[in-house]
Amino acid sequence: MTEFFAMGGYGFYIWGAYVVAAIAVIAEILAVRSKRRATLAETRLVAPTELGE
Amino acid sequence: MAFAWSKFSSPASFYPLAGKMIPWFAWGAAILTAIGLWIGFGLAPTDFQQGEAYRIIFIHVPSAWMSMFVYLVMAFWSALYLGFNTRLSAMMAQALAPTGAVMTFIALWTGAFWGRPTWGTYWAWDARMTSELILLFLYFGVIALRAAIEDPRRADRACAVLALVGAINVPIIYYSVKWWNTLHQGASVSATEAPRMASIMLTGMLVMSLAAWFYAIAVVLARVRTIIVERERGAAWLHALPEVAQA
Repeated sequence: MTEFFAMGGYGFYIWGAYVVAAIAVIAEILAVRSKRRATLAETRLVAPTELGE
Repeated sequence: MAFAWSKFSSPASFYPLAGKMIPWFAWGAAILTAIGLWIGFGLAPTDFQQGEAYRIIFIHVPSAWMSMFVYLVMAFWSALYLGFNTRLSAMMAQALAPTGAVMTFIALWTGAFWGRPTWGTYWAWDARMTSELILLFLYFGVIALRAAIEDPRRADRACAVLALVGAINVPIIYYSVKWWNTLHQGASVSATEAPRMASIMLTGMLVMSLAAWFYAIAVVLARVRTIIVERERGAAWLHALPEVAQA
């Protein structure tokens, strides 16, 4: 297991690349989700008018 | 054909369709990522030249491809918007920009972490890297331009023009390794040549690329749904939706 994480001495570079990529993707998903929730909550407060925008 | 097109080009009918598609693409992305990482770390052997460092390829190449492809799709929707004035096209372009920026960031970051052990440097002003950095700034530019213009229709038009002008950068990135003989290596995969990579490595990379596609589709559809809600705020169809109607 330790050997796997060491990656033949390249562990810092490999995991430094993969972990940051994973963080970027997870952050994007969370940002989309929280924006959706906020937008839906705001929309509930608006009266329907038939017109968009 | 014409009928189907007009049916789904309106935000009101696209919204539920996108909602049905998201779980398929999201699960597809998760499963493909698991398979791709298994191939990349479990099955693919150590490279005889680079040792284990090459394993960054399984996220670097897919994210770099997506960074360019997402831009072309954004430019395509922008052109469609300018030509036909279809609002959904502008919304699609708007939804693509942040995902393109994320893909570009991942490509640059993983490239730096690959460059350091193999070339001895995190960064060089090499043609490929510089043009990819410009791509990141183009995505930021499109996002910032939209934020700076209050009227959404004017923002749509301005962003569409910027996206189209910036599209010239994509072939520059793609051919940079041919046009300029600099640090970055040539294409990993070419349509005209036999692959120079071990086939299991190639398989892992292609599975991860497919995962990146599925991810991008899922997250862009999710984002465009929120954009539709935001921009159709007063529309009656929207207030009939269970997620909006609930008090």
